[in-house]
Amino acid sequence: MTPCYAPVVPTTVAAPATERSRHSAVVRVTHWITVLCFAALLVTGVEILLSHPRFYWGETGNVNMHPLFTLHVPSSRSMVPTGYAVLPDQNGWSRYLHFEAAWLLVLIGIVYVLASLWNGHLRRDLLPAREQRNWKAYAAVLGRYLHRAPVKESGAYNAVQRAAYLGVIFGLLPLLIWTGLALSPAVASVAPWAVEALGGRQSARTLHFFATIALVLFFVVHVVMVTLAGFWSRTRAMVTGVVKEEQL
Amino acid sequence: MSMTRRRMIAATVAAGAGVSVAGVAARLARRYGLVPPDSGGIYGPGETLTYATQRLMTTHSTAREFSRNMISKAPFANEIPPLKEEFKRHQAAGFKEWKLTIDGMVAHPASLSLADLKTLPMRSQITELACEEGWSYIAEWIGTPLFEVLHAAGMVPQARYVVYRSIDRDWWESIDMADAMHPQTLLTYGMNDDDLPVRFGGPLRLRLPRQLGYKSLKFVDSITVTNSMKHFGKGLGSSSPEGGYAWYAGI
Repeated sequence: MTPCYAPVVPTTVAAPATERSRHSAVVRVTHWITVLCFAALLVTGVEILLSHPRFYWGETGNVNMHPLFTLHVPSSRSMVPTGYAVLPDQNGWSRYLHFEAAWLLVLIGIVYVLASLWNGHLRRDLLPAREQRNWKAYAAVLGRYLHRAPVKESGAYNAVQRAAYLGVIFGLLPLLIWTGLALSPAVASVAPWAVEALGGRQSARTLHFFATIALVLFFVVHVVMVTLAGFWSRTRAMVTGVVKEEQL
Repeated sequence: MSMTRRRMIAATVAAGAGVSVAGVAARLARRYGLVPPDSGGIYGPGETLTYATQRLMTTHSTAREFSRNMISKAPFANEIPPLKEEFKRHQAAGFKEWKLTIDGMVAHPASLSLADLKTLPMRSQITELACEEGWSYIAEWIGTPLFEVLHAAGMVPQARYVVYRSIDRDWWESIDMADAMHPQTLLTYGMNDDDLPVRFGGPLRLRLPRQLGYKSLKFVDSITVTNSMKHFGKGLGSSSPEGGYAWYAGI
């Protein structure tokens, strides 16, 4: 007769000695959701930008006024003089998706920051370690990068990586949220200082664009560095959470 | 108990809690009128979060008003759909026959000429018109606050939305009561010390400075007060969602 209880099956398999845990579940999940949001925000941001590829400084700006600079790209509006054919209007769904992705990014960002404070990720992995709190540490890393020295992985982030990640998480992304919200007439009605501190509505829009450029640069450098370090092993680590020892 | 099983239980409890919190939040949002008419579909959650958050934040806020020297020297009039014969007849007659009708959930439905409208209290404000495309300008807008007209018509307390239409019926919008009763929501007939030019929406434009330009409908000649958007067009709140744009344009 077969037993009426479930056979005991081990639910965990001890990691082989050759594997080392690298990224926590919170980091992995929030990382990939951030990738999704970033892609959606970038594509829709470009679509919205194409309806008026001109930038101004100050409170107001329109085609009757001198731009700070103009992007030499086609526009989706016939009223904007570009010299190119008029593209189809994509602003409706782009605006819906831009804000939905922004909400998801903000909510997932709150989860990430709270979890990182709670579990020590911020203190342990992102704030500069004691020996990294001097210019020499940064110069040493940059020197190794410039000489294309083989990367010796310690399993922890170096001084430059920490600065880059901290700068994006606590600098660029908050700046993008601030400059984006400053474009909202409803938010401006509650917090006029949020617009005035940036130099006006059009200044906020221009800064939103520059911050986007900075974030795209970070993304490019990030992907290049991941590729140099071993694209598949690093990507696998961000999915499964572990790296094999020989890949370190 | 193994780590993984404990984690799985924790994750399930967290997910369950998340779903219940979202469910309760959705019920509360519906009860307090924080769900926009275009809340269906894949963009519904984001749109509802935006509308609910901004509605709660901006119940009593006023759009920024600027000093006279900030008025744009070269305001920009966006492209307008070709004007129809009916409009051109009004234009030729100097808009003397232009009528604004008010009906729906009001005690005294009315039909007001521009002269009638000007007998009601006037307000002028120097606010920015910001288009969703990115451009903007500042102008002085002169007109009658919408709430004065709604009071005069005897709006009933059950009212939840005010629908307003352009003379070209392809273009219509609606706003909730917080925006309809807002002191800066203006039935605008003047701009920068003159009559409102046709290319800026004259003879009558509903200016709503806490939302983007496309909610400030041009050539307004009809207002309907209602408690539900269900039977207006496709029930999405205005012609904007039918064309792919959000009903609420606070950002």
